[in-house]
Amino acid sequence: MRRVVITGLGVFSSTGRNRDSFFENLVQGRSGVRPITQFDSSSLSIRIAAEVADYNPDDYFPSKRQDMLDKFTQFALIAAGEAMESSGITVRDEERCRFGVVMGSGMGGAGSYDAGYHNLYAKQVTRLHPFTIPRIMHNAATSHICMEFGAQGPALATATACSSSGHAISEAFHLIKFGLADIMLAGGADAPITYGVMRCWEAVRVLASGNGNPATACRPFSADRKGMVIGEGSGVLLLEELEHALKRDAPIYGELAGCGMSSDASHITQPSVDGPVRAIRMALDEAGVPPEEIDYINAHGTGTRLNDSTETQVIKEVFKDYARKLAISSTKSMHGHAMGATGAIEFVATVMAVKHGVIPPTANYTEQDPECDLDYVPNEARGKPIRAALSNSFAFGGLNAVLLVRHWN
Amino acid sequence: MDVGEKVIEIIAREQHLDPSGVSIDATFEELGIDSLDGVNILFALEEEFKIDIPDSVAQNMKSVRQVVDSLTRVVEGKDISDLAAMAKGSGQAARN
Repeated sequence: MRRVVITGLGVFSSTGRNRDSFFENLVQGRSGVRPITQFDSSSLSIRIAAEVADYNPDDYFPSKRQDMLDKFTQFALIAAGEAMESSGITVRDEERCRFGVVMGSGMGGAGSYDAGYHNLYAKQVTRLHPFTIPRIMHNAATSHICMEFGAQGPALATATACSSSGHAISEAFHLIKFGLADIMLAGGADAPITYGVMRCWEAVRVLASGNGNPATACRPFSADRKGMVIGEGSGVLLLEELEHALKRDAPIYGELAGCGMSSDASHITQPSVDGPVRAIRMALDEAGVPPEEIDYINAHGTGTRLNDSTETQVIKEVFKDYARKLAISSTKSMHGHAMGATGAIEFVATVMAVKHGVIPPTANYTEQDPECDLDYVPNEARGKPIRAALSNSFAFGGLNAVLLVRHWN
Repeated sequence: MDVGEKVIEIIAREQHLDPSGVSIDATFEELGIDSLDGVNILFALEEEFKIDIPDSVAQNMKSVRQVVDSLTRVVEGKDISDLAAMAKGSGQAARN
């Protein structure tokens, strides 16, 4: 059976613009949550988000090119560039048809939708910018990455809300494993911090308050948790078939050994225990890793009442008594919930944790909730050799994706 | 500024080119203007001249001169079906 290794990592987020600064900030427990600066948020009840601070597209793209790129695609291209660079790969012309891309996004070109609708409905203009469609489409990130790096193999986009990039990585993994590709860029990107999207989230009533103290607003698993914080950014990984990677002496950050996917088929927003349990078991089975070899779980850990208590039940159901020995953390406490990018951003954190043997903490943890009584690595990073780790994504819509990375010796 | 100068200014702006490098005789192909760039330029012209350029007219705009000629006809109210929209356009264009 073909094996798949991770040979490149790229991340662009509120907690760091590359993998090293990102991981260092997570380990130090530094939050990326701040007052919103991208638009006038004064009329919103929630005025904080995990923004990429002082993002200026001029630093990354010539102005002509920016016209064509919604911010989510810009983030994707930046993270994909780092993934390629960190892998040291040179894709030969004859390999291009074996080189593909899968990118997830929950909201697509949300900012371009917002701007277009504002012109249409508020300003009453009758014609919209002709680049609106190529900017908003969910596959824009995938397509621009393909063009940028000459990937001509299987390429697609996933849109499964908060699991989008977990599913993207899972799809890319299986494309390599089952012989349809040798090299895949996979991850996700989202730029949902717009007036319109924030109003939509406000209506769901799952966002954390904390306008006065943004850095501590997101408190996953803590008894005083108040909800999630919207984030933005991108994470992209270069996945490669093992022999291909070994032949070129590639840096190997870890082995992507199993991916589980499941549907709750029960409720459009309320998480179940059964669906995520099946996804975790599927990932373990595919990897051939017994539950007792998992040393770390990067949790979905949104910081909502319901997610965190349900996810705790899920982990107990799968791991039984061993659940208490597991280290679990939610890095969303720092980089926020970056929607369709979040699974990939968290998987980069997970891979870095496995590689370096350092578990980033759950920040802002203050007191134990009786319904969340496992080890969430509160507030302080922990050094610990990790044999294998999971990264959980449980989306609105009940669609779950779980990734399993094994330490590479 | 006549229509020709205005068109060159708009094409140069949208393509991020130096206007002095955009000749009235240049084709879109020579200027590196692809189909999507073309619709972007049409959008900018419509905004600038406050007109609607019908698809039947737009299809014939493959060079700077064709744009200028077509636009001149449009703003003069010829060669178009939607006279009401064009009447608005010609008044605006006369000021340019």
